[in-house]
Amino acid sequence: MAHRWGMVIDLDRCTGCEACVVACHAENNIATVGEKQAAMGRTMHWIRVERRWEGEFPNARVRFRPVPCQQCDDAPCEPVCPTYASYQNAQGINAQIYNRCIGTRYCANACPYTSRYFNWFSPAWDKPLQLQLNPDVSVRESGVMEKCTFCFQRILAAEAKAQAEKRELRDGEFNPACVQSCPSAAMVFGDLDDPQSEISRLSRSDRGVKLLGELGTFPKVTYLTRES
Amino acid sequence: MDKSDSTQSGHPQLDRDKITQDLLRPVLHTSRRFYGITSILGAFVLAGLAAFLYQAYFGLGVSGLRRPVFWGFYITNFVFWIGISHAGTLISAILRLVNARWRRPVTRCAEAITVFALLIGASFPVIHLGRPWLFFWLIPYPSERGIWPNFRSPLLWDFCAILTYITGSLIFLLLPMIPDLATVRDRAAGWRKRVYGSLALGWRGTPREWHRLEMAMRIMAVVIIPVAVSVHTIVSWDFAMVPVPMWHSAVFGPYFVAGAIFSGIAALIIAMALIRKFLHLEEYLKPIHFDNLGKLLLVMSLLWVYFIVAERLTVWYGNATPEMAVLLATEKGKFLPLFWAMVCCNFLIPFPILAIKRFRTITGTVIASVAVVIGMWLERFLIVVPSLEFKYLPFDWGHYRPSWVEITITLSTFAAMPLLYLLFVKFVPIISMWELKGGEPVAAPREEEVPAWTGSTAPAEEPLPGSGD
Repeated sequence: MAHRWGMVIDLDRCTGCEACVVACHAENNIATVGEKQAAMGRTMHWIRVERRWEGEFPNARVRFRPVPCQQCDDAPCEPVCPTYASYQNAQGINAQIYNRCIGTRYCANACPYTSRYFNWFSPAWDKPLQLQLNPDVSVRESGVMEKCTFCFQRILAAEAKAQAEKRELRDGEFNPACVQSCPSAAMVFGDLDDPQSEISRLSRSDRGVKLLGELGTFPKVTYLTRES
Repeated sequence: MDKSDSTQSGHPQLDRDKITQDLLRPVLHTSRRFYGITSILGAFVLAGLAAFLYQAYFGLGVSGLRRPVFWGFYITNFVFWIGISHAGTLISAILRLVNARWRRPVTRCAEAITVFALLIGASFPVIHLGRPWLFFWLIPYPSERGIWPNFRSPLLWDFCAILTYITGSLIFLLLPMIPDLATVRDRAAGWRKRVYGSLALGWRGTPREWHRLEMAMRIMAVVIIPVAVSVHTIVSWDFAMVPVPMWHSAVFGPYFVAGAIFSGIAALIIAMALIRKFLHLEEYLKPIHFDNLGKLLLVMSLLWVYFIVAERLTVWYGNATPEMAVLLATEKGKFLPLFWAMVCCNFLIPFPILAIKRFRTITGTVIASVAVVIGMWLERFLIVVPSLEFKYLPFDWGHYRPSWVEITITLSTFAAMPLLYLLFVKFVPIISMWELKGGEPVAAPREEEVPAWTGSTAPAEEPLPGSGD
């Protein structure tokens, strides 16, 4: 059965701890670019926590918004890629095929969420981080684009397991690294096409909004707005 | 009609041998200055090449590009050079079609600009790739990878359009060169005779050959105009087809085409002035040519202002938040100096120079043209960069600063253009000799020219009866 994976992020629950960012780096073999490159704006956090200040000191408060790839149904990044490196797979995920990418970076310009990340140099890890590379995820080379995949390797593994056990995938059976590591359970992942799943219930919530929904990209990530 | 036109072309006193002699001088004799200038320009080009190899080896990170500004100097240069290429073939084709007599000394200078600017411009999409050695994956051919390129991508339209335009412009440049190459063949000796002999494709100057040349030129002139217009429209669609504030605009197609012709005419005027000075062709490239091209430049300057007002005023009144962020950044924020420098260079400086007849001299038009070339480069930069720096989510706004690699490569292309041009002038008479002669009134019929239809030079009147309507 085909799935349509989606995510709900409850902004009321997010504490801005960035555990999701760290987990994502570990799971997806994302290079750490170093202090100098990071200062230039060349970090590659597939999920980033956006910070926003409201009010004046001393009555200021900070608001957080974790932003992974929104996995748009009508993704502006896809039609612009001349080599089909950026495409939408059968499960609705905006996938990136690294070996097809020649590095025009057109997709990254087209993405309104700026959630595509470019390998400006060959990837490197501070020792001993290279010892914990995930064998299920390819290491990218210099000059290609990369992005959040909703941890597609975990989706494949869970599907294979379910198939071996001759059963359907269960809601919440597995989660992407960011969802798994969120200490305040601000993120929920699941199949949007399954009416019984928690995510389809939450994404229908009155608090649910799409990031830059007015652009008509139809994201599969729903934000639950703050009530506090 | 013919009489008034030939006086307008302005060479009543030149005889045909002098034309051949004057125009072949740079081809057959090489001065020491030529070697000096070519080696200086060549050094710049080599520096650019070295910078590109450095970037290809270490990664695109050696440029100043960074998230969210994924396109910077390289794409600016790409649009700029493709724009410069638009004067040549387009102007030449239009002037040929309307049969403007004053075009004769101008067309080849213009067509050569097109070909060289296109070569330079087309190299930038490769230079800017993350993995430039895989650029051929853009080419639609049945490959062992079992996948076609994505025809929905404007980059692929771009590739096809530019390839068509380069092919067309090359044919458009080479066709009318054939009779002149034959002339060089007839006057040269040794290896030159062999080389030009094969380039002239066995041209003998029979009426049939003239007729075919004439026909081919007419067809090419008609065909190349829509190609030229479509190329820069498609270049603009690289931007207009994606939802980026201030890129996603319907006015971009015509706006880019107008800007391209604008900068192209300016480049043509500069090239003509340099050729005139260094090759001592004062008798061929006359003030009237600069005056006419100056008027064209004036029209394009006004058209440019019209487009930029149309673009920005609608955005301002629309008052959409993302667009306003970009608009205010260019007009009031960090890009303010560049924006107003662009307005000065593209309008405030050239307009009075070109509008007042007394200033529309050779020096005047050259000053205006230099300003326009600078202004149009800035315009391309201000289209590419501010929109990317101020995309939708303010958290992700960024600042772009070019690195020495990008600056070196940019400068090297500004050296590559004169270098290619210089080499071209060295091998081919830069002014179409047979067309010039065709436009000359014949002072007195001379024995050796009878019959006028034979030989490698054009007949004195129009090549074919009825073709000069």
